Parts: sequence; structure tokens; C-alpha cells
Amino acid sequence: MGQFQTRNQKATTEAETAEAGDAPVVVQRSSASLTFRRLARDPASVIAFVFIIALVAFAVGAPLVEAWTGHGPIEQYRETALSPVGLPVGPNAEFLLGGDQLGRDVLVRIAYGARVSLLVGVLASLLAATIGVTVGMLAGYFGGWVDVVLGRLMDLVMSVPFLLCALALVSVFGPSLPLSVSVIVFFSWTTIGRVIRAETTSLARREFVQASRSLGAGHGYILLRDILPNLALTIIIYTTMLIPNAIVFEATLSYLGMGIVPPTPSWGGMLAEAGANSIYLVAWWLVVFPGLALLASTLAFNILGDGLRDALDPSARGRAVLRKKKKTKG
Amino acid sequence: MISFLIKRLTFGLFVLLSLSLFVFFLFFVAPGDPARVVAGDKAPEAQLQQVRENLGLDRPMPEQYLRFVTRAAQGDLGFSYRNRQPVTDLIVRRIPVTVSLVFGGVLFWLALGVPIGIISARNPGTWKDRLGQVFILLGLSFPTFVLGMLALYTLYFLPRTAGFTLFPPGGYAPFLENPAKWAWHLALPWTTLALVVAAIYARLTRGQLLQVLGEDYIRTARAKGLTERRVVYRHGMRATLTPLVTQLGADIAVLLGGVIVIEQVFGLQGVGALAVQAVQNQDRPIIIGVVMLGGLFIVTTNLIVDLLYAALDPRVR
Repeated sequence: MGQFQTRNQKATTEAETAEAGDAPVVVQRSSASLTFRRLARDPASVIAFVFIIALVAFAVGAPLVEAWTGHGPIEQYRETALSPVGLPVGPNAEFLLGGDQLGRDVLVRIAYGARVSLLVGVLASLLAATIGVTVGMLAGYFGGWVDVVLGRLMDLVMSVPFLLCALALVSVFGPSLPLSVSVIVFFSWTTIGRVIRAETTSLARREFVQASRSLGAGHGYILLRDILPNLALTIIIYTTMLIPNAIVFEATLSYLGMGIVPPTPSWGGMLAEAGANSIYLVAWWLVVFPGLALLASTLAFNILGDGLRDALDPSARGRAVLRKKKKTKG
Repeated sequence: MISFLIKRLTFGLFVLLSLSLFVFFLFFVAPGDPARVVAGDKAPEAQLQQVRENLGLDRPMPEQYLRFVTRAAQGDLGFSYRNRQPVTDLIVRRIPVTVSLVFGGVLFWLALGVPIGIISARNPGTWKDRLGQVFILLGLSFPTFVLGMLALYTLYFLPRTAGFTLFPPGGYAPFLENPAKWAWHLALPWTTLALVVAAIYARLTRGQLLQVLGEDYIRTARAKGLTERRVVYRHGMRATLTPLVTQLGADIAVLLGGVIVIEQVFGLQGVGALAVQAVQNQDRPIIIGVVMLGGLFIVTTNLIVDLLYAALDPRVR
């Protein structure tokens, strides 16, 4: 990290110098502000970040969209949103993004669908990260049989046909939002778990941990006060990268009819309804708008994740990828 | 080498065993009476009792599990609750579609992902690399079914309305009857399946190759005066292949997930579609059967990957 940071500091110092005239002013910046400055210099990340903020506002303000258009998310407007032969009408002044096959307003449904996607995406990622970090830290710190058992557990979860297992679970418990979140969490904590395990293993051998131990610190103290802060970067990066996957996972479940129960709007569900009877072939807006919303969201989170990785740890360009893919063998 | 393979084999069996326990107990504790699904909602209690006896549902749980596992090991997965047909037959009938999809998909994604990664890594920072990066980002972000629906719309429907048929709307044509028709029907599903996963490989290949090309032995090879082509493909790719093969093993589960979705989008009647229908019909034996088959597929592919891995990387031997 050093190289980048120094250059960065030098640049800011020079800027300050120019402002202050002769007296060189050295401004000490926190790690967070340095990270933010680096991130702000990457236009793609900035756009992605702005988009995510807008998306959150759109989701939170879904009732406002509803009030503005005057259309409820599950109300059917058979007179105005369906043509005389019963086909949905395209985008027009009243239905900005068109109507769907039941005469509902696509725009309002996308707004409410954003709530589902964001809620599931963020919630599932946070939960998965919590489990992954806990398991990874325990396995990496204690080593020995704890590591063997937890490592095997992660291997097991990773070599299971996850979508099929999700289908089996849904067929038993019935589709619901909590079940979707649980399934996504269960099958995605391992990615971050592996990374954390590897990092903890190497951190646990470092001098500062030994020093802490020789001062009489217990396992809990070392794990939480010494090791966890050092994992912060990795945790932030990988949690951000979990979000787009969770969003796609949720949309896939809903698309297969195993996620959010209709008529509650969700992007995956809207696409599934558009795909049923191939109605989207005569009403492109049924695929293009929810599809675009989905794509733009995952893209934004992916770009932000990449940007965060580069900003938080410029020396790790590409290294994080390698670390993630490297599988312990044998 | 032998001990390595035995370890992997044991782990594979462990995965299958855990999976069988998972599905079995999932359905054992599940609400709802299978006998009612079989006999119908209005069946009298005596008939329900008869059905339970026939299916062995009145036996204690461990006995049922043991019977299920021993039979499954012999390829007998029981009968569908809905139409009384053997689950194994139902699945086997649909395997050609799914295997065709997987086969072409893997081929397409390697043929797409690896070269894009190589081109990106050989020209870092240039427009070619940028293009590769855009491909990677889009591929990672595109949900399979959105891409599939867009492909159908632009490559089937739009040409159709314009008056000519570029691609079929979906469906399947058996390979043995007409290979050309088979490929024509599967072209869109293959590409869709491949595009999404190819991004992972492009990124991995690019990252690995970039790192390898910075190593000392590559500099030595260049200093010897080898052509760039030889340096990249002979010396560089050799070291890049191992992580790629490993990743292939880890992605089989992703591939299976993709297959289920693709079959749904393109109306292919494969094993994935069977599973989705079984969930809608509450046909438990079929769900159990497909989950076990999926597990078996993943375990087998991982064993093959391990063999490849051992062949490529002398260190594991």
C-alpha cells in the first residue's frame, strides 16, 4: 500500500503548498479519507456509487412513485393499461414504462421490486459475511482439528448443487422472503469464509498477536481486538462483492417461482411473468425495464466493489482475485 | 498420488452421503402427507394407510433412510408420486438434453473466456484490455435469464417479424436424428450459458497470466530469444492452466444452477426443468432424485478435475 499512499500524500501536500504559499503544510489524513479520495478519482466508481444512492432513494420512495403516478403496485388498470384485445400497452404518458399483462404499472412495480432486491441483497450479504468471517476467523486462528472440521464444512457447502437444494427447500417450506434470504446466506458465506480463513492464518502468526498473548490476552480479546481490525479491508471488499451475487440469486429464485410470492412485485418475478407465454415478445418493455434495473444494479455493485478493492488496497490489484480462487488441495 | 485420489474419493462419498441425509430428513420433517399426494385429496383413511404401507412410509425413519440409500446406490430412486413412473426412467429420458446443454456450454465458455483473458493480459492497459474488462464486468453482472430473454428477443423474434428465421424459439432436436438441427437449436442456450460464466474465466486467466508473465523464468525465456507466442503459450499458459482447472471444479455447481435457468428460458425439457416441475407438483421422489444426481455429477466432475490437476501439476503427485 505504501507506494500509492506516499504518492497520494505528496500530491495533496503539494497542492496545499501551492495554496499556502511558502510555508509547507502537511495535512494528516485518516485512512478513511484517503480511501475516499482515491475512490472519488475513479469516475466509474463515482457513477456506480451515485447510481446506488439513487436506487436506494427510488426504493425507499416507492410510495412516492405510487402517489405520483396514482397507480398501486398490485392494482390492475384493465381499461387504460390493456389494449382492447387484452394486450399490455407500451410506455405512454400515463404508464411511463408501460403496463404489464394484467394491466399493472411497470414503473411502480419496478420501484417496489427495488425494495426486495436491495433488502435481500444487502441483508443476505451482511448475514453471509458475518457467518463467513466468524467461521473463517475461528478456523484460521485455532487451526488443528477446528480448521479441519470447518474447512471440510466449507468444502462441503461449495460442492453441493445449490440451486437444486434451494428448490428442495422451497418445495418443503413454501416460497417466502425469509427463506430466500436464508438460502442465499447458506450458500454464499463460504466465499468470504475461505478468504478470511487464509488471512487469519497468516495474521495469527504475526508478532503483534504473540505480543498480545504474552501480555496475557485471551483468545476472544486477540480475535476481536487484534485480528478483526486487520481484516476490515477484506471484509468490506468481499461483502460489497457479495451483494450483486445475492441480488442475482434472489432474482433467479423469483424467476423460477421459488422466491417472492406474486403478486408482490420483484424484478425476478416480473421477468418470470414476462417470460410466461412469451408475452414479452410482443411487449418488450416487460423485459427491458426490469432487466435493465437488475443489470444496472448488479453492475453498479460490481464496479463499486472493484473500485473499493483498488482504493482500499492499491497494491492488491488482481491479487485478491488470485487469493479467492486458490483452493487448498489434498 | 494414490493417497491424494483416495482422499478426494472419500470426500466425494462424504458429500453424497451428506446430501442424501439433507434431502431425506428435509422431506421426512416436511409438513404435508405424501400419501395424500399419491392417493389424492379425497381418498379415505384406509386407502391412505394402504399407500403408506406400500411406500414404506409407516416404517421407522432410520429404516426408511437405509432402504432409500441402498436402493439409490443401485440406481433405484423410487416412483413419482404423480404418475407412478420410476424416477430413474424419468430422469434418464431427460439426460440427453441436459448433457448436450452442459457439453456445448463448457466448450463455448472455455473457447470464449480463456482467449479473452489471454488477449487482455498480453496487452495490459490498451483498448483490447479495456474491452476485455468490460466483457468481464458485464458477464459477471448479467443474470442468465435476462441475457437469455434478450437473446431470444433479438435473435429469434426480431428476425422472425422481419420475415426470416435466424434461430428457433427454443426446444430441442435429438443429436442422432440431425446433428445440424441439434446444434442450431442449442446455439442460443449454449451462448447464453457460456457468456455468463466465461467472464469468470476471462478474469481468472487475465489475472493469472499477468502475474505469471511478471515472473523471472518468463524473463529468462524472453532473454533466450524465444518468440513472444512461444513465451506466452508454452511457458506462461502452462502455469496458468492449473488454477483454471481448479476453478472449473468449483464452478460445476454454478453451471448446474445456470442449466436449470437456461432450460426454463428456452423451454428445454431437461433434468432442470423436471426438478422445477416436481417442485410445483410436490413430487418429492423426483426432487430427491434430481438433487442426488446433481450431487453425483458435481462429485464425479470434481474427481476428473482432480485427476487433471494431478496430471498438470507434478507437485500433487
